[in-house]
Amino acid sequence: MTLDPWVLAAIGAMALATYLTRAGGYWLFRVVRPPPLVRAMLGYIPGTLFVSYVVPALAAGGVQEWAGAAATAATMLATRNLALAILGGTSAAAAVWALS
Amino acid sequence: MSRTRPRFSRAAVLEGMRASVPVQAAVVPFALVCGIVSQGQGLSVLEAMLMSALCYAGSAQLLALSHWGHPAPVLAAALAAFVVNLRLALMGPVLGPWLDRLRGWRLWGSLFVMADQNWAMSVTQMQAGRWDAGFLFGSGVLMWVVWVLGTGAGHLLGATMRPAPGHPLFFSALAVFVAVLVVMWRGRGDLVPWVVAAGVAAGLARVMPGTSWYIVGGALAGSAVGVWRDQRRHGGTGA
Repeated sequence: MTLDPWVLAAIGAMALATYLTRAGGYWLFRVVRPPPLVRAMLGYIPGTLFVSYVVPALAAGGVQEWAGAAATAATMLATRNLALAILGGTSAAAAVWALS
Repeated sequence: MSRTRPRFSRAAVLEGMRASVPVQAAVVPFALVCGIVSQGQGLSVLEAMLMSALCYAGSAQLLALSHWGHPAPVLAAALAAFVVNLRLALMGPVLGPWLDRLRGWRLWGSLFVMADQNWAMSVTQMQAGRWDAGFLFGSGVLMWVVWVLGTGAGHLLGATMRPAPGHPLFFSALAVFVAVLVVMWRGRGDLVPWVVAAGVAAGLARVMPGTSWYIVGGALAGSAVGVWRDQRRHGGTGA
C-alpha cells in the first residue's frame, strides 16, 4: 500500500488532463456559442465518432475481430439487446480463438 | 425552466444504473487488464485504484502505463491522457440539450463520469426524446465503481494470471461499440458521412497510432461532409 510522490503527481496530472477534455469541450461550446453550421455537425458526431473508433481497430485486427464484429452486429440487428450482442460477438471471437 | 420536464431525477439515475448493467460485461475485462498492467509496472494496488478513480479513462491509462518508469513520467502521462481523451471534448457538446439545464455538481459530476459507453446510451435516449440527464450520471457512476473495483481485482490477479494480448476477452470492449453503431444508424443519410469518417480515421490511424487524433479527425471529417451535403441539398441545417 505504498504511495510514491512521483506516481501521485503523474496520476494527478493525468486526471487534470482528462477532466479538461471531459468538461472543457462542453464548457467551450457553452461559452463560445459556435455558428449554426458547427452546431449542425453535432448531429453527425455520435455515429462518425464510433465509426472512427471501430474501423481502424478492425483494419488492424484479424479474422477473430471480424467474426466477432459481424456476430455482434447481427445479434444486435436481430435482438436490439446490448447484453446479447456483446455475448454473441465475444463468443464468436472466442470460437475463432479456440480454433486457431 | 419547465417544471413538467424533470432535469435530473432520482428515477432516471436508477434507470441509468440498470441500463448500464450489460455494459459492465465489457468494463470488467478492460478494468482487469488495466489492473494487471499497473501491477506489472510496479504500481501499488492503492496507486492503481487511485489512477482509475481519478482518471476513469481506460485507453489513456493503458497508453500512459505502457511508457511508465521511475520516477513516474508526469508530463508524458498527462500528454498521453489529453491526446487519447480528446474525443471526450467532442462528446460533451452533443449532450448539450441535457447538460445546459444542469448546474453545480450535477453538471460537473455528470461530465466527470461521462465515458464512451454511457455517453452512447445517453445520446440514444436523448434522440428518443428523453429529457432527464440523471440517466448519464447513473450509468456513469455504476461504471465508475465497477472500473475502480475491477482495477483493484486485476492488480491482485496480476501476480498470478496474465491473459495473452489477443485474448477474446479484450474483444468485448470493441463489441460494445459495434453494437452501439447498429443503434446509431439513422438511415441512408448517414452512409456518406460514415464512409468518409471510416476512410479518414483508417488513414490517420496508420500515421498516428496510439492517440485519438484519428478518432477526432474521422469524426470531424465525416460530420463536416454530412453538413456540407445537407446544405447543398436543402440549403438548411443538417440532421
